[in-house]
Parts: sequence; structure tokens; C-alpha cells
Amino acid sequence: MTLDDARKIEMLKRMLRIRMFEQAATEHAASGRIAGALHTSIGQEASIVGSCMALRDDDYMVGTHRSHGHPIGKGAGLRGLFAELLGKATGVNSGKGGSMHLSDFSVGSLGETSIVGSGLPVATGAALGAKMQGLDRVALCFFGDGASNEGTFHESLNLAAIWSLPVIYVCENNAYGELSSVRDVVSVTDIASRAAAYDLPGVVVDGQDVLAVYEVVAQAVERARRGGGATLVETKTYRYDNHAFGLPVENYRTQEEIDSWRARDPIEGFRTALAAEGTLAAVGAEELLAEVQAEVTDAVAFAEASEYPSPAEAYTHLFTNPIPLGR
Amino acid sequence: MPKEITYLQGIHDAFYEEMERDQRVFLMGEDVGWNILGSSAGLRDRFGAERVRNTPISEAGFVGAAAGAAMVGMRPVVDMLIAPFMYCAMDQIVSVIAKSTYIYGGQARMPVTIRAAMFYANANAAQHSDRPMATFMTVPGLKIVAPTTPGDVKGLLKTAIREDDPVIVFDDCNLWTMTEEIPDGDHLLPLGRAAVRRTGSDVTVIGIAGAVAAAISAADRLADDGVSVEVIDPRSLVPLDVDTILASVAKTGRVVLADPSHRTLSVASEISAIIAEEAFWDLRAPIVRVTTPATHIPFSPPLEEGLYPTADRIVAAVRKVME
Repeated sequence: MTLDDARKIEMLKRMLRIRMFEQAATEHAASGRIAGALHTSIGQEASIVGSCMALRDDDYMVGTHRSHGHPIGKGAGLRGLFAELLGKATGVNSGKGGSMHLSDFSVGSLGETSIVGSGLPVATGAALGAKMQGLDRVALCFFGDGASNEGTFHESLNLAAIWSLPVIYVCENNAYGELSSVRDVVSVTDIASRAAAYDLPGVVVDGQDVLAVYEVVAQAVERARRGGGATLVETKTYRYDNHAFGLPVENYRTQEEIDSWRARDPIEGFRTALAAEGTLAAVGAEELLAEVQAEVTDAVAFAEASEYPSPAEAYTHLFTNPIPLGR
Repeated sequence: MPKEITYLQGIHDAFYEEMERDQRVFLMGEDVGWNILGSSAGLRDRFGAERVRNTPISEAGFVGAAAGAAMVGMRPVVDMLIAPFMYCAMDQIVSVIAKSTYIYGGQARMPVTIRAAMFYANANAAQHSDRPMATFMTVPGLKIVAPTTPGDVKGLLKTAIREDDPVIVFDDCNLWTMTEEIPDGDHLLPLGRAAVRRTGSDVTVIGIAGAVAAAISAADRLADDGVSVEVIDPRSLVPLDVDTILASVAKTGRVVLADPSHRTLSVASEISAIIAEEAFWDLRAPIVRVTTPATHIPFSPPLEEGLYPTADRIVAAVRKVME
């Protein structure tokens, strides 16, 4: 599963998109232009992009409350995503979902569902649907270390195992479920080891190494696609920002810990590696950065210029086939 | 040739006909392949174990899997067995199935049918005997029906399976053996259309689920005393046929609601509120609700017996609004 240069550059580009998109989102939250909760995945870009790049465009993906990056990794355009963060009518969810539910079905992103653990059965069902329709599509489910303690995690892995479903469960272990350390609330050292309980393969991978993540997920995808069933992948990663933007409590982890992870930044590491092997010339890196910055700037401008939905829109999309509503 | 079927057969026939008609329809639930409730006889032989799918006892898992399968183009029918098992899948029903079309701005279609039997009045105590129709009516994004005849359960279940939205079909186990002659052909009943089971001019009795039979029986008894009772069966709770209800209230000016739900925030409560808001000046007497009191369902049969709406209780309520 070797990657050509163009794919590697695309990986770097998507990681940069996620980082810059979320930096812009954070600035907007800080200046009060984004309402509601905002959970960034800055620091986790390699886990996201390595996983998503192992998928085909028509494969399915389900995310979490911390999911700005997942649709970007899957190839969604930035304009509709940023407009959604601002609650605009041009948002990818028409302003109905916001930060915790970004979703672009056109690229197989079947929704980012914000109740922890709720996406696991959904991805399992998407895999079931693909299998029953005789399609060779797979479903990839992102979830966190916290979700591995939910019943839905265990029920889903069991279902996927007994029905041999083409699903890849990617546990992004960023070391904290909200504010609680995995060391305190998870019974095992490696969440991937929980796969053994369901007779599924469980693989641990360095979540800060995009190529390593890609390699592991691509193998799981290949296995699922040829009918070999599900895999649990655990990416050991870290979020640099607090659980949610503006959360006043930050004493649950140390600055040394944060710094140690920042020292292994997934984007910087990959950029350095690509430069060293000659895939990315120094000039190319600057151009790439400028290109992605321009995309983000364009998305922000588009979002800011867009209108809010009209008040009547609060009542639309409740059903596909509408009925009179009690108001 | 019209044929006589039972209520349970109506459920079976709806499953059978819709699976025959549309490859995307599949049935899943605990022991559906084994025909545990008597409503899936022969389905696994006809359609195979993939489409008549036994599940582990993992309600959140398989209800959520139905959501995911629906998002990618399938039309899952989930047989919950009995209604309280839905509580184990509450997050998937409320947060995912009911909300996905909305929160994703219309990108997700959620053609999920949930069949939930209300399994009460048979000495199974509090945890197994719930009738949680109103609980789910508080959740926007769900369509909900409570059919009361063999033809209606078949017609509404078939319609539910063809809907592009989630529909919960609450069947009532006390009706399972009821028989009715139904016409041949594709028997479909639209959502949101009430049935007038008896016409009358003195009092409107609105019956919900199994209480419709008690309401009809009460109406027959009251007719002997010269009281003319109109019995309305909404059948579909969301959407609700408000027009038929208000037209009856305009005619009679007196309303009794008979509903096996627990009293607080029951189906009867919601319909009472609508009538009070929209038809207050038509009323000639206060509305009376005949419901299950706000206590748990006890095991001991003599204790359980008196709790649900009975013909006796409905007759008493009608006499009260006639005073």
C-alpha cells in the first residue's frame, strides 16, 4: 500500500486544512462570532487524515462531537462547513446542526453525532446496509476513548463480529474523556485490546504518524472490503486544546504533558519527513501553506457573507415527508 | 375475495407483503426469525435469515444499526418485541433516529419502522407492561400510530414501512386475537386519519389503542339508556387528525377520553389540551379523562385488573359529563 507523492501531498494538505480551519473557528469563537460549544481536534490531524485517506469516496464515515476534521479529511468543501459553524443558511446542515453535527453526505460523511458513543451503532448499520445491498463499500466509525466505555461500543463490536460487517472502528484515544484521564476510567492500557472480547483484530498505532495510521487503516479497509469483517484500530493521539473552547477548567493535565505532545506535532513531523525525502521542496511547502490559507480565508468570507436562515426554517427538515406540526 | 384475519395476522401480512414488494425492506429484532410473538411466521423461510434477522439482546446496538442502514438506503423494520425494551435504545431512538433528518439539514432520510407491542393486562408487572405512546409523542421527528383493528394494523404498518420518516407502530396485545374481514389487494391506510367507530350526538368518546374496544362497548350499553355516544379512534397519534376530533366535539359538546396510558401527560392529556384550546366554547361540560392512574402496574391480577380504562369506567365518565 505505497502512496504516490501526490497522495502524500494531499494528506499534508488535508491536515493543514483541518488545522487552519479550526484555528479560524477558534478565533471566531473567541470573538463571539460562533455560538455554542466548539471542540477542536488540533493535534489529532494525522489520526483523522490517515484514516480518511484509506477510504474510497463512496465509503461511509461517522463522527463525533469533535468532528470538524472528519468531513474535511473525507474531502468535504470548507465553505459549507464554516457557514454551518456560523449557523448560516448556506451551512452544510442548513444551520440546523452546528459544530457538533457537521455532516456532508455527498462525501459519505453520514453525520457527526454528538452523544458520546451514539455513532457506533450507526456506522455498524451503514456497513450492514452496504453489505445487504451487495456493495463493496465499508463504513468507518470515529469515536474517542470515552466512548469505549459506552454500551454501544460493546454492542456494536459484537454485532459487527457476528454479522461479519465491513466496518472499521477507529478509536481516537486522545488520553482524556472530557476531563478524565483514560488511566482513571478505562480498565485496559490499550483500548484496542477490547477487540479480543469480540474475536476481532485490534491494532494500536501511533496516531501522530499519518503514514502509520494510513497503513493500519488501509489494511483494515482492505480486509473489510473483501469480506473479512471488522477491525478495531486505536490511534494514540492528543488534543492540544481544552475539551471545549472556553472551558475554565484546565488543571486536569500538565503543561509538560501538553508540550511533550506538541513536540511531536503530526503536521510538522510529516512536513519535515516529506521535505527530507524530497517529496516536498521548501518552496512547495510555502505554496501549500498559502493555498490552504486561501481556501480557509475564502470559506470564512463565504460564511460571513451568507445570510442566517429565515425563522420559518426552524420548522423544516423535521421530516422528509412533512406533516402539520403542533406549535 | 375478502378474508377474515386476526390482528396478529395483519402485522404478519404487512411484514410479508412489504418485504415481497421491496428488497430494501428487512425485519430485525430479538428472535423474529423464531416467530416469538406469532407475527413473523414463515418469514424467514420465505425471505432468508439476512432479511429476517435475529439480533442479540442489544437494543441500542440494533436500533442504531437500523438508523445507519436507513441512511444508506435500506428500509429497516425493527421489531422491539415489547414496548419497554425501547428504553434500552432510547438514545438511538431520540437522539439519532428522530433527529438525524433535522440536524443534518435534510441530508438524511430515516425510513425506520419500529414495531412495539404494548404487552399489558396480562400479569407481567410494572417493567413489562408499559404503554409509552405519549412518552414518544413528546419527541419531535417521530410519527406514531396505535392501530386498533386487524385491517388498520395491516394498513398502517404497510404505510409506515413505505414512509421516508421514522414511524413507531404501537400494537396492543389485547387486540391480537381480534378478527376482521379485510378487502383484497394492497390495503394501505394513510397516517393522520381518524376513524369514527360509532356515530352519536350526545357525547364524544375518544379511545386510544386497546381502550377503543372498551369505548365501543360502553357506547353500546349507553345506547340502551338512550345516550348517543360518538366514538372516535384517532389511530394515528402523530400526525393527529384534529379536524375529525373537533368536528365531533362541535356536534356533541361533551368529551370523554379513554386511554390506557398513565394519566400524567398521556395521549388523552394532549388531546384534551387541544380541545380546550381550540373548542372551548363548544364544550358544555368539563372534559373527563379515563386513564391508567399514575401508579405502577402491579403483578397480582386482581390488583392490575381495575387499572386500565374499562367499559364501566367509561360509562361512569359519560354519565358524569351528561349531568
